[in-house]
Amino acid sequence: MRLYIKYASIILRSQMQYKASFVMTSIGQFLTAFTTFLGMYFMFSRFNSVDGFSFSEVLLCYAVILTAFSLAECFVRGFDAFSGIISNGEFDRIMVRPRNEILQVLASRIEFSRIGRLLQAIAIFIYAIPTSGVIWSSDKILTVILMIIGGFLVFSGLFIIYASVCFFTIEGLEFMNIFTDGGRELGKYPLSVYGEGIMKFFTYIIPITLFQYYPFLYLIGRTDNKFYMILPLVGIPFLIPCLMFWKFGVRHYKSTGS
Amino acid sequence: MRKYLSFFKIRFINGLQYRAAAWAGISTQFAWGGMMILLFWAFYQNGQNEFPMTFPELSSYLWLQQAFLALFMAWYFDNEIFNAVSSGNVAYELCRPVSIYTMWFMKNMAVRLSRVVLRCMPILLVAAILPKPFNISLPVSLFAGLLFLASMFLGFLVLVAFTMLIYISTFYTISPLGIRILAISVVDFFAGGIIPLPFFPENIKAIMYILPFASMQNTPFLIYNGYLNGLDILWSMLLQAGWLFALVFVGRLMMTKALKKVVIQGG
Repeated sequence: MRLYIKYASIILRSQMQYKASFVMTSIGQFLTAFTTFLGMYFMFSRFNSVDGFSFSEVLLCYAVILTAFSLAECFVRGFDAFSGIISNGEFDRIMVRPRNEILQVLASRIEFSRIGRLLQAIAIFIYAIPTSGVIWSSDKILTVILMIIGGFLVFSGLFIIYASVCFFTIEGLEFMNIFTDGGRELGKYPLSVYGEGIMKFFTYIIPITLFQYYPFLYLIGRTDNKFYMILPLVGIPFLIPCLMFWKFGVRHYKSTGS
Repeated sequence: MRKYLSFFKIRFINGLQYRAAAWAGISTQFAWGGMMILLFWAFYQNGQNEFPMTFPELSSYLWLQQAFLALFMAWYFDNEIFNAVSSGNVAYELCRPVSIYTMWFMKNMAVRLSRVVLRCMPILLVAAILPKPFNISLPVSLFAGLLFLASMFLGFLVLVAFTMLIYISTFYTISPLGIRILAISVVDFFAGGIIPLPFFPENIKAIMYILPFASMQNTPFLIYNGYLNGLDILWSMLLQAGWLFALVFVGRLMMTKALKKVVIQGG
């Protein structure tokens, strides 16, 4: 952990060398999230509600997923950009060092400019928290925190799978974006709006509903079932197959040279 | 003209080589289109509101958007051009007996067209056999179909002419990063990439329709699905042509000005 913090501070300092670039990228992150928000705003100003969810309820959902995603993209970015590490032979260097590979990959890239997206998420939280009509007792606050942690872990798992595929394909598969970026875009709305099939897929194959839809129902008071509150934790085992796949990939790793 | 056509051909054939990337793109776009349609379907279920277009019209719009994404995507920029300007290699291009504006314009068209050629057919075919009302329907009439093609070509040129302004601005700013990010968000939003323009509130819509961004993907797709008809088509297409001339004119003007006092970076 100390090593990771050391890495993080080095990366932060090096990114701060290019302040203008950092600020621009952050603004870009903010703007893309903001236009998405405007799109949602105009949709709701026409339709008022979707599947029985009001605008501020949906915003709460969007803020949670945006926070989880931007945190994952910030800290697990090393896996997202892993095809580069493979194709330039960087991974050979990682393997000869007497430290855990996962730690090194994690620490190879930390994208602090994702703060732009995070700021957007926080702004939405500030708007949605008072207007959503949720009575913010301690268990509701805990639910939101659990949702964010659960989301962070599931997105991290997806990034790890994305990276592990690179062991076999060298190239990153653009196709995988359907699950990461697609997951984020789908998750703007409670997943039930997309119908049964999508719900099942994102519960049993990729457990997005576990940290998004079900605890969200508890959050806005649609259900009193406390079990829904801790469901994000049930999504944690999703990391196990992801990490197993990663180990499998490492064992089959053939260097590309340099 | 021949020399520009050969620039076009080189880029076009080059672009056709990336078949695997095209398959990945097709599946991504297909998933994306499906997601959008399901989302709008959910909104359409609470039937108490007025809908700006019927659901089949909307499906057609969304599938066209995915199929012809490469023509209208705002985030694609040719990094070679940016690098040429910031590294100073643009000096070599200036030595050539060609108009640099036309050459860049052609290159950009070629890359986008080659991507669309590879991608649009599979998406359109699968979208056509989906169950109603989620499928793409035929254009409302043969005539509308022809107008759609013409208008799509115009819209495509408008978009390329707009991106040319971004390329040219690098002569002034050196780093394209900031203006590029801004342009991507603005174009995507105002062209109807996030939600189709007819879904915006009336007063905002009136302004958005006049902007050049509405003349990109919005006009042809609305002609295709019959949202625009009669004189409206004529007006929107005239507007497209107007914007095209305006943007090309401004672009060429900026280019001449920039080249008069161009500073070549490095050597």
